[in-house]
Amino acid sequence: MSQRLRRGDSERSALFTRRALLLGGLQLGLFGALGARLYQLQVLESQRFTTLAEENRINLRLLAPSRGLIFDRNGEPLAINRNNFRVMATSDRGRGADLVVDRLDQILSLGEQDRARLLRELRRARNAQPVVVRENLGWEEVARLEFNAPDLPGVFIDLGQSRDYPEGDLMSHILGYTSRVDKEDLGGADDALLRLDLMRVGRKGMERQLEEDLRGRAGAVQVEVNAVGRVVRELDRTEGQPGSNALLTIDLDLQRFATEKMKAHQSGSAVVMDVITGDLLALVSVPGFDPNVFARGITQSEWKELLDSVERPLHNKAIAGAYPPGSTYKMVTALAALESRAIDAWTRLPCLGFLELGGLKFHCWLKGGHGGLNVVEALAASCDCFFYEAARRTGVDRIGEMASRLGFGKLSELGMPGEVAGNQPSRAWKQEKHGKPWQHGDTFNLGIGQGYMTSTPLQLAIMTARLANGGYEVQPNLLLARATPREELAPPTTVRDKPTAPSMRLNPQHLALIREGMNQVVNSGHGTANQLRQRDPALAFAGKTGTAQVKRITERERDLGITQQQLPWHLRHHALFVCYGPVDNPRYAVSVIVEHGMGGSATAAPIGRDILVETMKRDPSRRTDRFRKMAQR
Amino acid sequence: MSMLAAGEAPQISFAERIWRINWALVLILTAIAAVGFLALYSAAGGRPEPWAAKHALRYAGALTLMLGVALVHPKVWLSLAWPIYLVSLALLVAVDLVGKIGMGAQRWLVLGPVQIQPSEIAKVAVILVLARYYHGLKPEQSGKLLHTVPAAALILAPVALVMVQPDLGTALMVLMGGGCVMFVAGTRLWAFAAAGLAAVASMPVAWTLMHEYQRRRVLTFLDPERDPLGAGYHITQSKIAIGSGGLFGKGFLHGTQSSLNFLPEKQTDFIFTSFVEEWGLAGAAVVLALFGAAILIGHSVALRSRHHFGRLVAMGVTAMLFLYVFINVAMVMGLLPVVGVPLPLVSNGGTAMLSVMFACGLLIGVNVYRDAALPRAG
Repeated sequence: MSQRLRRGDSERSALFTRRALLLGGLQLGLFGALGARLYQLQVLESQRFTTLAEENRINLRLLAPSRGLIFDRNGEPLAINRNNFRVMATSDRGRGADLVVDRLDQILSLGEQDRARLLRELRRARNAQPVVVRENLGWEEVARLEFNAPDLPGVFIDLGQSRDYPEGDLMSHILGYTSRVDKEDLGGADDALLRLDLMRVGRKGMERQLEEDLRGRAGAVQVEVNAVGRVVRELDRTEGQPGSNALLTIDLDLQRFATEKMKAHQSGSAVVMDVITGDLLALVSVPGFDPNVFARGITQSEWKELLDSVERPLHNKAIAGAYPPGSTYKMVTALAALESRAIDAWTRLPCLGFLELGGLKFHCWLKGGHGGLNVVEALAASCDCFFYEAARRTGVDRIGEMASRLGFGKLSELGMPGEVAGNQPSRAWKQEKHGKPWQHGDTFNLGIGQGYMTSTPLQLAIMTARLANGGYEVQPNLLLARATPREELAPPTTVRDKPTAPSMRLNPQHLALIREGMNQVVNSGHGTANQLRQRDPALAFAGKTGTAQVKRITERERDLGITQQQLPWHLRHHALFVCYGPVDNPRYAVSVIVEHGMGGSATAAPIGRDILVETMKRDPSRRTDRFRKMAQR
Repeated sequence: MSMLAAGEAPQISFAERIWRINWALVLILTAIAAVGFLALYSAAGGRPEPWAAKHALRYAGALTLMLGVALVHPKVWLSLAWPIYLVSLALLVAVDLVGKIGMGAQRWLVLGPVQIQPSEIAKVAVILVLARYYHGLKPEQSGKLLHTVPAAALILAPVALVMVQPDLGTALMVLMGGGCVMFVAGTRLWAFAAAGLAAVASMPVAWTLMHEYQRRRVLTFLDPERDPLGAGYHITQSKIAIGSGGLFGKGFLHGTQSSLNFLPEKQTDFIFTSFVEEWGLAGAAVVLALFGAAILIGHSVALRSRHHFGRLVAMGVTAMLFLYVFINVAMVMGLLPVVGVPLPLVSNGGTAMLSVMFACGLLIGVNVYRDAALPRAG
C-alpha cells in the first residue's frame, strides 16, 4: 500500500515536473513573443512612431494679423478693428463634441441651426484647429463660460478682432465690407491665412481694392497640445505683421453732408472731385447698407431684402450706375463741334421747337423754340435744337472721340471693383450690337446725351473736372496715403495748384466758351439754374442741368400734356446736375443724379449747389483750423 | 530528505524559516514596485501625488502582508482553501447584485470604508481550492474524467460570475490560471482539447451574449485601423508611445505621449506604455527580465516542493503572475484585445497589488515549508 502510494506519488511528481517544464517553456516562448513585438515597435518601426508622436503633440496655429485701418483725409476713423470676445472650441475630429456642444447650448442657447453647424465643423476641423462657437460675447456670457470651464474640454475664450465701421451706411459703398473667406478666394491663392476660420477678406470697395495692403502677414504659434486639444504650452511664436493703414481722400463731414442732401430723395448718387488732384472728397450712393451687418454675419432674410430692393442699396450708383447723361452731355457736343470747326463762337443756329429729319420730329424741351442762339446761349438755355444741328455737323465719330478724351465710355483709373464704363455709342458699336447702320437720328439723340448714350456719375464728374481745370486729363483717386503701422500715416504735404495730369491740348478759347455757357446756366437771367446764383463772389459757381428720359415720350403723351408726376416712379425722368466752382478759379467739380427725380434744374441742381458750396466753404484755404486738426492726428 | 519518514512533519526553527524565505524574489518584487513608483511619478507629471507616494506606502503594507503569509504553515491554507473559495463566491454574487458600478462594470463591493474587488480574491481562491482538491485526490485519480469535471466546475463558477460583471480580463485570468493548475495536476490533454473545441463551438453564442463595448474591442483588436479615433484609439496611441520610445526612450519625465494625455488610463492598464516611452527598449527589457526572473523562481519553488499542495499552489501563483504580465504587455502592444488587466506591482491600484502579493506570500510559504508533510485529507 505504502509502496503503491509512493509509486503513484512519484509518477504524479514526474508528470507534474514534465508539465511544469512544458508550461515554463510555453511561458518563455510567449515572453519571447513580447520581446519580438517590442523589438518590432521600438527598433524596426520606431521612426514612423516617432513622427506620429511629434504630430500628436505639436500643433501649428496661425495668428491672424490685425487688418489695416482706414481713415478719411482728416484722420477720422472709417474702418477699425473692435475687440471681440469669442468662444472657440476644438476637438479631435469630433471626439466628445456632442457633450461639449450640449453644454455650450445650455450656457449660450445656441439654437438648432448653430448646434448642427458647430458639430459639423468640429468633425471636419483638421489638426484640432479651433472653430468659432459664437462671437461678440458679452461680459456675462464670458463669465458664465469661465465658470463652467472645467466641464468644457477644448473650449476657450479668445480675444480676437472684428471689423467695425463706425459710420455705418454712410461709407458703405466706398469701403465695401469684409466677410468670411469663400471657395473662390481660395482658388489659386496660397496664403495659408485664408484657411483660418476667423479670417475675413474685403468685398467690394476699398476693403477689396486694398485687400493686399490691409491684410498683413500671418504670424504663427507652435503649441504643444494634449489629446483634447488644450494648449499645454507655447513652443515658438512668430509675430505676424499687421496690415497697412490707409488714408482716403474722402472728407467724412462732406460725405455726411452730401449724403444727407441726397437722402431727401429715394435713390441717387453724388460725386465731389478735386479738379486739380482728382481726389474724390465725397462719393455718395443712396440708399446704402450697413457693412457691420456683413462683419457680424448677415442673415438670409437681410441679404434677400438688400438684393430685392428696387433702390438697389448694394449697388454703388456713383461708379456702377449707367444713366443717359441728358443735357449734361451738351458740353461734349459743343466742344467737339468747336474743336472740329463745325461751329465757332459766332455760329447761330435756329430753334423752332423741333427739327424734322426724314419725317421724324426731334423736339426741343421748350415748346415754342428758342429762336436763334450761339453756343454759349444754347448751353445756358439748354436748347436741344442747337445741339441736334451741332451734332449733325460734327458727326458721331468726332463727338465720340471728344467724349472719350473727357472720360466717357471707358473705365477710369480709380480701380474700384464694380465700376462700369457706361456706353459711348459709335457706328461700329451699333452695327455689332444691333446689326443696323448708324442713323442721323442716332447722332441727334447722342448730341443731347440721349438714346444709346449712358455714363456714370463718376464719369460726369470727371468730364466736369477736365473742363474746369483747363483740359487736363485728371483721374479720380480715393487713396490719399498708405503706410505700414511702423510708418507715419500722413497726407502728402505738397500743395498742388496745377494738375499733373497730361493736357488734352484743347483750344483754350473753346474751353472758355464752354465754361462761359456753364457760367450763364447759373449766373445769367436766361440760365436754366439761375435761381441758384450765389451772392458771395467767392462761392460763385457754374453748372449744367440735365433731364434724362427713362422712357420715350410719345406724341400722344406730348399732345395730352401728361406730366412726369402722373407716371409711376420707375418711369420718371432722371434729374442730373454737374457743376464746378469757384467759377473764376475752379477747384471742385460735383455731379449729382437723382434717379427718377424728373427735372434736373428743379431736383438735382439745388442739391449740387448745396454740396458744391459746402465743399468750397470747407476748402483748406478758407478754413485754416482744418490744418491744425490734421497736424494733431 | 531521505532521512525523514513520510507523514512526519519536520520541525524547522524560526531562523531557518526566515532564511528559507526567498529573498531574491522579495528583492525582485521590490524592484518591480520601484519601477511602478517611477512610472507613476512620471505619469503624474513629475509629482509623487496622486499615485506614486500611495503606491510606495501600499507596497510597504503589501510586503508585510506577503511576509506574514509566507510564514503561515501550508496546512492552514489547506484547511482554509474551501472556506476562502466559498466566501469569494459569495462576494462575487454580492457584487453582481449590489456592487458599485465603475468603468462600466460592477466590480466593487463597498464594505464601510473599504472597497474590495471580489474578482481579485477569486483569482487566489481558485488556485487554492484547486490545489486543495487535487491534493486530496489519489495520484491515479487526477487524470480521470470523473475527477476532472468537479475541478472544471470549481473554475467555471467564479468565471461565470466575473463574466456577468462584466470583466472579461479577470474572467480569462481566472479561467487560464485555473487551467494551468489543472494542467500540471495531470488532467488529460484530450480534456483540454475538448474544452477548447467547446469554447470554439460556443463562440457564436458568446458573441451574442457580449456587451457592445466588448464586441467593439474584439473587432478593434482584429483590425486596429478600423476606427483609429474611436475604439482603436487607445491601442494606436499606446503603440505610438512605445514605438517612439526607441532603444533608450525619451528620458525620465520626458515622455510626450503620456504626459500630454494622449494615453488613456496611463496610471493603470497603460502604465507599461508610459514607462517604456521614457525608458525605451532597455527599460522594457529590464521590466520583463524582472518578471521573468520572478516567474523562474516560482517554477523552481514549485519543483522543489515535496508536497503536492505546495507544488500546485506555487505553479498556480506563477501562472497567475505570468498571465498578468503577458496579457497586460501584449494588450498595450496591440497583440491582444484591450481587456483591462493591470501590470502587477506597477499599475496604480490596491486590490490587484494585494492579491498578487498575497499570492506571492503563498509561493514563498511553499518554499519555506517545502518539506512539510501534509495529509491527503485535510
